Amino acid sequence: MLQIKNLHVSIDGREILKGFSLEINKGEIHAIMGPNGTGKSTLGNVLAGKDGYEITSGEILFNGENLLELEAHERAQKGLFLAFQYPVEIPGVSNANFLKAAVNEQRKAMGLEPIAPGEFLKMMREKMELVEMKKDFISRSVNQGFSGGEKKRNEIFQMAMLNPQLAILDETDSGLDIDALRIVANGVNKLHTPENAFIVITHYQRLLDYIVPDFVHVMFDGKIVKTGDKNLALELEAKGYEQFELA
Amino acid sequence: MSNTQDDILEEVVNADYKYGFVTDIEQEFAPKGLSEDIVRFISAKKEEPEWMLEWRLKAFREWQKMTEPHWANVHFPKVDFQEIIYYAAPKVKPQLDSLDQVDPEILKTFEKLGISLDEQKRLSGVAMDVVFDSVSVKTTFQETLKEKGIIFCSMSDAIKNHGELVKKYIGTVVPQKDNFYAALNSAVFSDGSFCYIPKGVRCPMELSTYFRINSAGSGQFERTLLIADEGAYVSYLEGCTAPQRDENQLHAAVVELIAFDNAEIKYSTVQNWYPGNKDGVGGVYNFVTKRGMCKGNSSKISWTQVETGSAITWKYPSCILAGDNSIGEFYSVAVTNGFQQADTGTKMIHIGKNTKSRIVSKGISAGKSQNSYRGLVKIHKKAEGSRNFSQCDSLLMGDQCGAHTFPYLEVSNKTAKVEHEATTSKIGEDMLFYFQQRGIDEETAVAMIVNGFCKEVMDHLPMEFAVEAKKLLEVSLEGSVG
Ligand SMILES: Nc1ncnc2c1ncn2[C@@H]1O[C@H](COP(=O)(O)OP(=O)(O)OP(=O)(O)O)[C@@H](O)[C@H]1O
Ligand SMILES: [Mg+2]
Repeated sequence: MLQIKNLHVSIDGREILKGFSLEINKGEIHAIMGPNGTGKSTLGNVLAGKDGYEITSGEILFNGENLLELEAHERAQKGLFLAFQYPVEIPGVSNANFLKAAVNEQRKAMGLEPIAPGEFLKMMREKMELVEMKKDFISRSVNQGFSGGEKKRNEIFQMAMLNPQLAILDETDSGLDIDALRIVANGVNKLHTPENAFIVITHYQRLLDYIVPDFVHVMFDGKIVKTGDKNLALELEAKGYEQFELA
Repeated sequence: MSNTQDDILEEVVNADYKYGFVTDIEQEFAPKGLSEDIVRFISAKKEEPEWMLEWRLKAFREWQKMTEPHWANVHFPKVDFQEIIYYAAPKVKPQLDSLDQVDPEILKTFEKLGISLDEQKRLSGVAMDVVFDSVSVKTTFQETLKEKGIIFCSMSDAIKNHGELVKKYIGTVVPQKDNFYAALNSAVFSDGSFCYIPKGVRCPMELSTYFRINSAGSGQFERTLLIADEGAYVSYLEGCTAPQRDENQLHAAVVELIAFDNAEIKYSTVQNWYPGNKDGVGGVYNFVTKRGMCKGNSSKISWTQVETGSAITWKYPSCILAGDNSIGEFYSVAVTNGFQQADTGTKMIHIGKNTKSRIVSKGISAGKSQNSYRGLVKIHKKAEGSRNFSQCDSLLMGDQCGAHTFPYLEVSNKTAKVEHEATTSKIGEDMLFYFQQRGIDEETAVAMIVNGFCKEVMDHLPMEFAVEAKKLLEVSLEGSVG
C-alpha cells in the first residue's frame, strides 16, 4: 500500500529525514518510536503533503501512485489521514460543518453525490459513540476550547468519519487520561480491518498494550535504525534510546 | 462674419450647451468639472423645480468653502474635482413596460454579475429600481406597492411627482454642509431611490436597487431617501458591482433614513465597487454618508453591510437615536485585499431615553490591505438608561495586511451601560493544512473560515442577498492565502 524509499527531507536547508525507508501492506499496524526531534512528525507531515519541506531525494508510492505529485487535499481524498500531534483550533466553523465538507469532498473525489443530511447525522451519531464524544460537541467550533484530551479524541472521531485507508496517528496517546486512552485505542481497533493500515507514532509502550502493532520501528536521527515486533517497545522502555546513539 | 455664419455658430454653441457633450454610443456626458453652471445644467437636465435647484446651489456654495478631509489611516492621491464628469445619462430615458425593452447589453452585464432581473422578478418578488449609471431605466412591481400606498421610485421621479415629501425631508438627516462629500453630493446628485412607507404599512417585499458605475471618469453621486411613517416597516437592499477601470472613480453617495414612532427600517448593502488591479491601480473611491434618524419613540433602524470592493472606502452608517426606546443596529463585514484601504464603522448617537444600540463589526484583511474600524458611541446627558454593545473582530490573512480598531466613547449619562469586545485572529498555514488534510482544498477552507467568521452579520441579511454576499466574499478572497 505504501512504499517509502530512501527519503531525504530538509527544512530551511537542514536535513531532518536522512534516508527513511518503510513498506506498509494492507491490514498492518506499524508503530514508530523515537526520541524528541528525530523527525517523526516531519515524516507524518511530508506524507500528508504539508508545504515547507524540501524533498531532496527518495520516493513515496501510495497504491502505486507517486504521492509527492499530489496536493495535500488530494492525498486526503485518496484515503490518507493524519491525526495531528497538535490539532488546530478553527473558530467559527462547527464540527458538523467541517466534517460534512470533508466527507463530501471525499465523496466528490470518488464520483459520489453529497451525503444526505439524514444519513450524515446518523453516521455522526454512530461514530461519536465509538469514541464516546459528548453530544453538544457537534455544534461547537472545531477544537475550540477543547481540552487536550478532547482534541485527540476528536482526531479519532474524524478518522472514523472519513474511514481512511492509511492513518498516521501522531502521538494521539499523549495527554490522554487512562480512560480516554482506552476509548481511543478501542476506536482504532474497531476501525482496523484487513483493508486498511495504521502508522502509530508514540513515546509510550502502554498504548501498544491496547493497539497491538505488527511491527515496531525505532527512529533515530531521521531514519529507522531498528525494526522488531511489539517486544521491541518493551525493550526500549527498559533501556531507552542510548543504545542507538553510537550507531 | 456673415449672418449665416453667426447663426450657425450660435446654433452650434447653443446645441453644445443644450446637449453638448461627448455623445458616446448611448451615453451623454456633461463637460468635465464643477461650477454653478454645471449644477444648473444638471438640475435643468432633470427638469427639476426651482426649489431643488436653489437647494443644490446652496450646497454647492457650502462645498466651495469646505476642504477635503484627511484621515490617518487612508492614503490616496488628491482627487481633482475639475477632472470629473458630473453627469452621464442614457440619451433618451426609456419608458419600459417589460424587460424586453431594456438594452440587451445592459441585461447581459447584469447577468454576468449574477443579477438576472428576470430571475429576481420571477423567483423572489423583489421590486427593483435599477440604476444604470445615473438614470433609472427600470422600475418594477409598482402596482403592488401602489395598492399599499407605498412610494418607491427614483429620486428624480420623486422630485417631480412627490415634491412636497422630498422637500420636507431631504437634508434633514444629512444636511447639505454635513461634510465635504455630502455637500458635493447635495450639489450634483444624479439620481437614487426614494421610498415612503405610509403609517401602519408593512412593505410586503424587499425593496432593492442595483447600482452600477459604467462610464469612465464619471463620478457617481447617488441620493437615497427612505421614510417609514408611524408603525411602518421596510427592508431595503442595496447592491452594486462595477466593471474594471483604470481610472479612479469617485463615488460619494448620501443615504438618509427616517423612522417615525414604532417604525422599522432594515437597510442592507452588498458593496463591490472595483477595488483596483493587483498592483493597486484604479479602483473606486467610495466616500459615503449614510445616516438614519430614529425620530419616533420605539423606532428601529438596522444597517447591515457587506463591503468587499473599492480602492478606498470611507463610510460610517450611523443612527441618531432621538426617540425614546429607539434602537440602532450596525452589522458589518468589511473585506480588504490587495492594496485596498477601508476606514469604516458606525456612529451611534443616543439622545432619547432607554435607547439601545448594537454594533457587530467583522473586518477581514488580506494581501497588503489596511482595514480600520472606527466607531463612535455617544450618549447624551438626557439619554437615561441607554445601552450599547459593540463587538469588533478582525481576521488577518497573511502577514502583510493590517487591522486597526478605533472605538470612541463619549458618555455623558451615568446610568448608561456601554460594553466593548474585540478579538483578532489569523488564518495561518497550520489552519489551512488542517483543512487540506481532511480533503478540503485551500479555497474552500478559506471560504468556510470566512463564512464562519461573518456568520452573525450574514444572518441579518435577507436570504437571497446572503447567498450573493457569500459568493462575493469567496470571489474577493480568491487566492489570497498560500
Ligand atoms: N517548521 C520547522 N522549521 C524548522 N525546524 C523544524 C520545523 N519543523 C520541525 N523542525 C525541526 O525538525 C526536527 C524534527 O522535528 P519533528 O517535529 O519531526 O520531531 P518529532 O520526532 O516529531 O519530535 P517529538 O517527539 O518531540 O514530537 C526538530 O529538530 C525540529 O526542531
Ligand atoms: Mg512529533
